Amino acid sequence: MEEMLREYLPILVFLAIAIAIGVVLILAAIVVAVRNPDPEKVSAYECGFNAFDDARMKFDVRFYLVSILFIIFDLEIAMLFPWAVAFKDISMVGFWSMMVFLAVLTAGFAYEWKKGALEWE
Amino acid sequence: MISADLKIILPEILLSLYAMGGLLLAVYTGKDKLAGLLTYATAAAMAVLALWIATAGAGNRTAFDGMFNDDGFARFAKVTILLSAAAILVMSQDYMARRGFLRFEYPMLVSLATVGMMMMVSAGDLMALYMGLELQSLALYVVASLRRDSAKSTEAGVKYFVLGALSSGLLLYGASLVYGFAGTTAFSGIIEAAGEGRASLGLLFGLVFVISGLAFKVSAVPFHMWTPDVYEGAPTPITAFFATAPKMAAMGLFARVLHDAFGGVTADWIQVIALLSVLSMFLGSIAAIGQTNIKRLMAYSSIAHMGYALMGLAAGTVFGVQAVLIYMAIYITMNIGTFAFIMSMEKDGQPVTDIKSLNLYARAEPGKALAMLVLLFSLAGVPPLVGFFGKLYVLRAAYEAGLAWLAIAGVIASVIGAFYYLRIVFYMYFGEEGEALDKGRSPVLWGALMVSAAIIGLAWLPGLNLLGVESAAAAAAATLVN
Repeated sequence: MEEMLREYLPILVFLAIAIAIGVVLILAAIVVAVRNPDPEKVSAYECGFNAFDDARMKFDVRFYLVSILFIIFDLEIAMLFPWAVAFKDISMVGFWSMMVFLAVLTAGFAYEWKKGALEWE
Repeated sequence: MISADLKIILPEILLSLYAMGGLLLAVYTGKDKLAGLLTYATAAAMAVLALWIATAGAGNRTAFDGMFNDDGFARFAKVTILLSAAAILVMSQDYMARRGFLRFEYPMLVSLATVGMMMMVSAGDLMALYMGLELQSLALYVVASLRRDSAKSTEAGVKYFVLGALSSGLLLYGASLVYGFAGTTAFSGIIEAAGEGRASLGLLFGLVFVISGLAFKVSAVPFHMWTPDVYEGAPTPITAFFATAPKMAAMGLFARVLHDAFGGVTADWIQVIALLSVLSMFLGSIAAIGQTNIKRLMAYSSIAHMGYALMGLAAGTVFGVQAVLIYMAIYITMNIGTFAFIMSMEKDGQPVTDIKSLNLYARAEPGKALAMLVLLFSLAGVPPLVGFFGKLYVLRAAYEAGLAWLAIAGVIASVIGAFYYLRIVFYMYFGEEGEALDKGRSPVLWGALMVSAAIIGLAWLPGLNLLGVESAAAAAAATLVN
C-alpha cells in the first residue's frame, strides 16, 4: 500500500503546483491590479462600436445538435482506444463485442443521416 | 459459454434488434406513413415475447457471470411490462394519428425503453442496473416531448430529463460508494460484503443514495416533484405509458436491489422505505384533492399508489415482495382502463382534461361511466373490487412484519384518497348541467376500458381467484427472497 501510494507522489506534487499557480494568478489580479471602474470601462466592448445587443442571445439549436453528434463519436473513440491498445490480449468475445457496439452506433448514424440531421439547409 | 449467455438474454436481443431494424426500415422507406403499422407490429411483437417468456419454463438462470438474472421474479415483471406496453401502444395509435403526431420513432422508442425495463428487472450487478435504467430513461425523456410544437410537452421532456439526470447522479454516487466499500459491483458480492444485521457506515450511505435515485424513478415522496408536471405536459398516451410499465420496472428494480444486494441488512433499509411509503401515501392523497386536471390528479394518484406498493417492500419479507407484485399488476390494469377513458375525453375533437367536463357524463354514456366508476372505486380501494385486494395484501404484509403503524397510516391515507376518486364519480352521476363531451368514437379505447373494468370488477370472484396473479406472484417472490 505504502509503496503504491509513493508512486503517485509526483501526481500529487503536480496537482498541488497546478492549483497553487491557478489560485495565485487569480488572487494576484484581485490584490495587485489597479481598479478604477467607470461606466465606459465596464460596458461591453465591441471593436469601437456601442454593443449591438445583449450577450445572451438565442442561437440555432442545430449547433447543439452538431455538438451532441460530435460528442457521441468522440466517446466512441474513447471507447475504441483502450480496446485497440489491448487488442492482443482480448479474446474473440471482446473483438465481437466492439463490432456489435460499432454496428449499433452505425445504425444510429444511418438513421440521423437519412433523417436529415446533418443537413444545414 | 458466450452462446449460453446469449441464449438467456435472447428476448432482450430480439427486441432491441427489432427496434433498430424497424427504425432503419422506416427511415429509408415510408417514414411516418409506416408509423401506424409499426405501432401495431411492435405491440404484437411485445405480446408474443410476453407469451414466450411466460411459457419459457421455470428455473433460475444467470448470464454474464451473474450480471443478468433470469428468474421467476424477472419473468413476472417482464410479462407485466411487455403486456402493458403493448396495450398502451394499441391504445395510442388512433389518438396520436388523429392529432398528427404519430411518428415512426414512437413505437421504436417504446421498444427501446421496454428493453431497458427488461434489463432493469433482471439486473444482477450495479452496472447492469445502471445500463438498463438509462436505456429506459433516455427513451422516456424523448417520448415525453414527442409533441415538439407544444410548449407543455417540451417542458415536460426537459423537466423529466433534468430531474432524471439528477436522480441518476444520486444513484451513481451511491453505486460508487457501494463499490468502494463492498469491493464489487455484483449483487452476490455486495450481499456477502454487507453481512448480516447491520451494514457498515459507508455501505449504508451508498445504500441510501441508491434508494434515493430509485425513489425518483418510482416517484416516491420526497422525490416526486417531477410527476405532476410531466404527467400533465406529456401527450395523454405517453402519460398512460409513464404510469404503467416504467413503474413496474422501477419497483421491480427496487425490490431486486434491496433483496439481492442488501437482503442481509433488511433492518437498515426498512425504515427508509417505510418513511418513503408513508410520505407518498399522504402527499399523494392530500395533494390530489385540489386538482381539477385529471392528468395531474392521476399523477398524485400514482404517487399515492407507489406509497402502497412501497409498503409491501418495507415489510422486507417474501410475502411483502409478493404483495408488491400483486399490487403493481392490479395497479397497471386499473391504470390502463382509466387512461383509456381519459384519452377518449374530448370536445370538438380536442382533448379535455378538466374533471368538471364530466358533469352528468352518465346520462350521455352510461356504459362508459359505469366502467369508469368501477375503476375509480377500485383505485380508491373499495371492497370487493380488485384494487381492494391489492391494498389488503400490502397492508397484511406490513402488519405481519411488525409495521402495524404503517398499515394504520395506509388505511387512513386510503380513506382520505377515496374523496377525490369519489368526487369524479359524483360529477359523472350527480353533477350540474354543462356542455357534454363528444361521444367516444374509438372502439379500441372503448374495448380497453371495458376489458380493464371487467377484470377489475369481476376477477375477485371466488372462481376466478384474481386470474392466477396471486400464485404467480408468490412463485416469483420466492425466487427473489431466500
